Amino acid sequence: MVGHGDIRVVHRGGSKINSRQPVITQDSRFLLCASGECVKVFSTSTEECVHDLRGHTDAVTGVLLKPSNHLQAYSCSADGTVRLWDFTEGIHIKTYVIGYPVYSIYASAHHEGVIFVVTPMLNDKRSEVFQLVAVHLPQSGDQLVEALELSAVISDVSSNPAAIGFGKGGEFIASAKGLHLEVFFFKKQKSYRFSLKEDNKKGGKNTFMCVACHQKEDCIATGHEDGKIRLWRNFNHKKEYTFSTLHWHHSAVSSLCFTPEGTNLLSGGLESVLVQWRYNQESQRDFLPRLGSAITHIAVSPDGALFCTSHSDNKITIIQSSVKVSAVIQGLVKGESVRTDLMVDPRSKSLVLNGKPGQLQFYSLQRDKLLYNLDIVQQEYIHESGLEQFEVVKAAFDASGSWMATVEERNQKAAELELNLKLWAFDEQTQSFVLNTTISTPHEARITDMCFCHAADSQTTMLVSTSKDGHFKAWQLSAAAHTEDEGPSWSCDFVGAYHSLVPERCCFSADGSLLAVSFQEVVTVWSPASWELLTTLSQPPQAIRDLCFGRLSCSKYLLGTTASKLLCCWNLLTCSLEWSTTMDVSLLLADPLTENMAAFCFQAGGTDLFVFKPSEPRPLFSHKAVCSGKVTRAIFSPREEMLESCEESSQWLNRSQLHFLTQYMDLMTFTTKAEEDRLLASSRQLVVDDSVAMTPFYLLLGKHRQQETEDAVSSSLSSDTVPQSSAAIKQLLQTPAHVMPSTSYLCSMFVQSLLISVTDTREENKHAEEKMDSEREEEDSEEEMEPSNPRPQQASEACSLTKAQLRELRRVRKQDHSWSAGFL
Amino acid sequence: MAEFKVHRVRFFDYMPTAIRAMAFNPRTERLAVARADGALEIFNFADNYFQEKVIPGQDGRAAEALCWLGQRLFSAGLNGEITEYDLENLRPRYTVEAYGGPIWSISSNSQGSLLAVGCEDGTVKIFEILEERIQFQRNLDRQKGRIISLCWHPSGTLIAAGMMDMIKIFDAESGRATHRLLVERGVGASKSREVVVWSIAFLSDHTIISGDSAGKVQVWDGLTGTLVRTHLVTKWDVLALSSSQDESSVVAGTSEGTVVQFQFLSSNVGQQDKEWVRTRTFKNHSHDVRGLAHTDTAVVSGGMDTQLVVRPLLDKVEKNTQESALRKIAFPHRSLVCCAKKAGLLLFQFPDHLELWRLGESNGHGSPGDSLPVKRKPEKLIQLKRKGEDHISCSALSPCGGWLAYSTVSSFRLYRLQNNTISVTKVSRLPKDLRSAQQLCFSSDSTKLFASSCRSSVLVVDLNQSDCKYLHTLRPKSGSSQPIHLLCVSEDGKWLATANTDCLIHVFNLDKLKLHCTVPVYSSCPTAIAIHPTNSNLVVVHADQQIFEYSLVQKEYTEWSRKLQKQGLHPLWMERDTPITHIAFNPKNPAHIILHDTFMFCIIDQNLPLPEAKTPLYNQMTLRSLPESERIMHSHAFKICKNFQHLLCVRLLEDHSLVVVERPLLDILSQLPAPVRQKKFAT
Repeated sequence: MVGHGDIRVVHRGGSKINSRQPVITQDSRFLLCASGECVKVFSTSTEECVHDLRGHTDAVTGVLLKPSNHLQAYSCSADGTVRLWDFTEGIHIKTYVIGYPVYSIYASAHHEGVIFVVTPMLNDKRSEVFQLVAVHLPQSGDQLVEALELSAVISDVSSNPAAIGFGKGGEFIASAKGLHLEVFFFKKQKSYRFSLKEDNKKGGKNTFMCVACHQKEDCIATGHEDGKIRLWRNFNHKKEYTFSTLHWHHSAVSSLCFTPEGTNLLSGGLESVLVQWRYNQESQRDFLPRLGSAITHIAVSPDGALFCTSHSDNKITIIQSSVKVSAVIQGLVKGESVRTDLMVDPRSKSLVLNGKPGQLQFYSLQRDKLLYNLDIVQQEYIHESGLEQFEVVKAAFDASGSWMATVEERNQKAAELELNLKLWAFDEQTQSFVLNTTISTPHEARITDMCFCHAADSQTTMLVSTSKDGHFKAWQLSAAAHTEDEGPSWSCDFVGAYHSLVPERCCFSADGSLLAVSFQEVVTVWSPASWELLTTLSQPPQAIRDLCFGRLSCSKYLLGTTASKLLCCWNLLTCSLEWSTTMDVSLLLADPLTENMAAFCFQAGGTDLFVFKPSEPRPLFSHKAVCSGKVTRAIFSPREEMLESCEESSQWLNRSQLHFLTQYMDLMTFTTKAEEDRLLASSRQLVVDDSVAMTPFYLLLGKHRQQETEDAVSSSLSSDTVPQSSAAIKQLLQTPAHVMPSTSYLCSMFVQSLLISVTDTREENKHAEEKMDSEREEEDSEEEMEPSNPRPQQASEACSLTKAQLRELRRVRKQDHSWSAGFL
Repeated sequence: MAEFKVHRVRFFDYMPTAIRAMAFNPRTERLAVARADGALEIFNFADNYFQEKVIPGQDGRAAEALCWLGQRLFSAGLNGEITEYDLENLRPRYTVEAYGGPIWSISSNSQGSLLAVGCEDGTVKIFEILEERIQFQRNLDRQKGRIISLCWHPSGTLIAAGMMDMIKIFDAESGRATHRLLVERGVGASKSREVVVWSIAFLSDHTIISGDSAGKVQVWDGLTGTLVRTHLVTKWDVLALSSSQDESSVVAGTSEGTVVQFQFLSSNVGQQDKEWVRTRTFKNHSHDVRGLAHTDTAVVSGGMDTQLVVRPLLDKVEKNTQESALRKIAFPHRSLVCCAKKAGLLLFQFPDHLELWRLGESNGHGSPGDSLPVKRKPEKLIQLKRKGEDHISCSALSPCGGWLAYSTVSSFRLYRLQNNTISVTKVSRLPKDLRSAQQLCFSSDSTKLFASSCRSSVLVVDLNQSDCKYLHTLRPKSGSSQPIHLLCVSEDGKWLATANTDCLIHVFNLDKLKLHCTVPVYSSCPTAIAIHPTNSNLVVVHADQQIFEYSLVQKEYTEWSRKLQKQGLHPLWMERDTPITHIAFNPKNPAHIILHDTFMFCIIDQNLPLPEAKTPLYNQMTLRSLPESERIMHSHAFKICKNFQHLLCVRLLEDHSLVVVERPLLDILSQLPAPVRQKKFAT
């Protein structure tokens, strides 16, 4: 067995951005949200991810702006730490070690140096009982600080972060759990507890779902399971508390939020409608309907100008307070299950899978961004549970990515099965797939497998589909019969069957010359050219679960897995079983770029991964316990740039990456140590100008601009021109015209400011004269240099320069200094 | 439990009338309720919401507004008259014509010296209250529109009047209007319709709260005449408003049947600035809420759906007590049905007529729970319309079925019935003293008629074959002025028991025609009394559900009664919210007492042990499942049957069959007019 070495299973891309409430920064320019193990900073205007704040080693469970410094943010994680970030620069400032998994974080401007976190009961890490703990952050300069001063505030709280909220002026904190609302007053150190009955007569469920506190008045809004919102008042009395009820939502209210001034209350739930209630005028409501999917969180920017809602389909919508959607940040859409396999679009190299109902999503793994959704079903989706609607169940791409086949079906349970096979052609002009052919009821029963012929050189493209009705069909593109203006369309070419057995899997060999179809226990090998049954393989008489041809040098091998935990490898030259081994392979797949094959084995509640070559007896790589549960969806995706790892165990990752979906729909991948280091290093280096969001577009343009400025600087060196921006000029340009003194006065000032450079040059002339004691000069200038940013490239260049260049360089330094002083 | 043949009667089309107005007297804790037919009911909130008094209505007299003035009760109606009621004789004392057209509202100042009425012609008329009557004092400035609602400022110097499209504030001294507050009309189509200020409240801090036909509850500053806050409560009308004594809470009743509470709360804990915030919404009515009263612990509402609902405010009462339970009072607390035991006849009392029915017959035999085939259908023998304007206040049918008597506040009538030929002859020569009665009762041998009249006296009238003769007037010594509400004669004709609303129970010896004894006074009003046929024990059930048994011979409580008091009644028995309205005895088994309220009837077996607090009270079903031998162990004195619901009457006939008169609430509900249309979710 080969050890895993430094290969790790990580979340990379496609992680949830809707797990926790996002945070909008003070200036409304950035949006922070917890995403897997990092915090993502998005630009609210361009929707682009500005940077990832990496550092946590477990899922991030909360993000919060530091109340005393709006340019810093706390994040908490299940790894038991709270980290402080400078999110504009993407710099990690401090780590506070709490020591217990943290599930949510709260802070108030009125509690200096204290944060409130929800942790499991301190004595028992595993218990399901949570408590709200006040953490006094130690004032220490170290990067890593251990926070030891913990004190429990409320003992039995919900782990749902929406169920706790700070009240007006940080005077109290309200926590709801089950049927109880608890309000803790800090001044009196006393808590009040209010309970509701389990359900009312009409069957409405009173369970609390979320809590929000008014920031100017003593009013707590709570959302309930039956869709009611209660506004609690007078809650500093045990008995004389009172509440009013608002009811618009028909199912649970999942999130509530007051606007900062408290004039409006926002609520959202399953209806995917954002409701805006006027505070104290609750009969007036505004609605923002058709937000796509259920609202899970609502956040409001500190100035109240922007709202944002997270949705259950991994989406964050940014809404202007005029109730208009201004931006949508879409993550990888994850439903309860993926019916289609994971696929890679050969053109865009994006991951393709089920997205929103009836659609396929194209997700770029490299950029961690949803490219687009393709509506396959092209029917209105009705948001109602229990309704059977068309679903995309299969999809396949041909080798060049110019054709895509999809299968949609409806009403799986009843006898009548509605099936559609659709073929999509890639349109170069619109750069998207266009529906070419719709074949309704391609088979009598459900389609079990479908694959395109992979041969790149073959003239015609062929699609083979197998179905439970006992047939497999080959579909081919043929020119339209009747009219010219219609393009070529797909039609059935061949119908095959074998002893009325049910075909399960089909697979083309790499060159497209062979088609293997598994009929329960029998593997049949056909020649697609003549539709001749070449041979049958039925060595181990067991039902075939998976079938796969080897690639490249191993293309003579056909691999299959059986239901009875056997992995077999047939040699097609000898038509005999080459080898077989006992393992419960849940998924077998081949890397299209190498000979490697990956097998996910389900063992004792966990899944192991083996990577092997069919021709070699020893696995290249094995990883025990990749994740818990069964892995049924995985894909090799080609890398953009090849890795040059020479280690034996990680070589298989050089050309492609292996992604897989766990039981809980987490997209995981394998990375090597070197790759991670590189990634971490690149994220540290990022220095972003305050004013512009760091988007790829900016990086592209910005690089160009930087070059320009550098050119300008270098040209200014040679031609002794005016410094780029002196204080005077800057002032001149920035001061409004009506407050400026007269032009005549300014003119002399302006000229004077130009004269500075003259003295400068004179000085430099002096330098030129005093060539001899350059040593001393350099020391001086070194000291002067100090406040400005050192340029490491220049410094490294400096050591191997001639004297003339050195002089030049000194001048550059002088120049540099005055130039940056202009900024200061 | 014994087995009975049951006549299940559902042909009594009793229809309560809508509640029009309501007034609560916090000092005496009495609630006066005016119904659409002019009837007035007084409920005692201190005594389990018992309906103490009913003043029958009169054609053409319907109170639009009610007002308490100390112990005195005034009403005003659209007939333009102000009426004061005589609560001791249960009749209007006098009426005063206001000469201002229909009167919409009536309100007294807090000093109790002046009464203001708002009239159709736009005048607010001030009446001075004198000892025995009221006297017109003056008019305030006459306005253009009608005065719909009125409210005095607690200081008595200002009056706020709700009108069409506006509210006016009058100075009570000068009679000048000092402020005019314009009320905004509704939006959309109702923009062209005038908005009616249905109800108004004037608080001591000069805050005016108004409810109007556009569905708004508005808070005004009465000093400056400015609008402070508008709460849009409903799409329809806000019909009634009521504020609590301490002025920290106001409730508003709407056409949708909801009652909305507003509370005067400080927006920030510990600070003084308070504002009116809409808090709770109660929906206990299907129709308009016309009458509303805010007591210290509850919101009392009534309206078109005829039910009186007492909704406790849970922040003011102890949780999970009897006080914290919602109460709906749908039926009167006295019987409207009279049953001739021997003849098998039923007399139903309606406000304007009487119906006499003969029960059906069946000769079938069946096992318990079966419904028997009907041999002869029940038939309506007589429908007797009353004479005059006044509504029937009480009626009685003699046990033999030969005599029928009814009374209004102004007249008394006695009829002789010929059963076999179905003929009615009025007895023309009546004793002079018998002019009207509050309660009527025949002796069991149908030879005597007892009629209660003023000052708790009872007239005894001897009935012959065809005429009647005055015998005696029985007067209690105590001289209580309250009216008698219960009369009961023993089977042997020896004893007569009376109960009045002062909680006094007198027993008279009819042989000697004098007072025999007075039962020790209990604090709660008796709701049913009966004298046992064999051992002459008086059984009394009170409004607080207590049961007493008093031996008339020994003049003391019986052993069983003492035991019951010592052990206490079962908590579930105490929690029932309708009073026992009738007591009967099973002649087959002298130990059995048969009681009923609206939701159950119960047989108390005095021989069996009383139930412990922990044992289940309703155990008939579990007993049935037990084997014969174990039943004795588990059975207790209270055998309760809930098979019949919404009972108006349960009587035992001579032939040991039981008559059960039901009036399902759904039947009443289905006869009501359609409520305002409301959009229901998912329809």
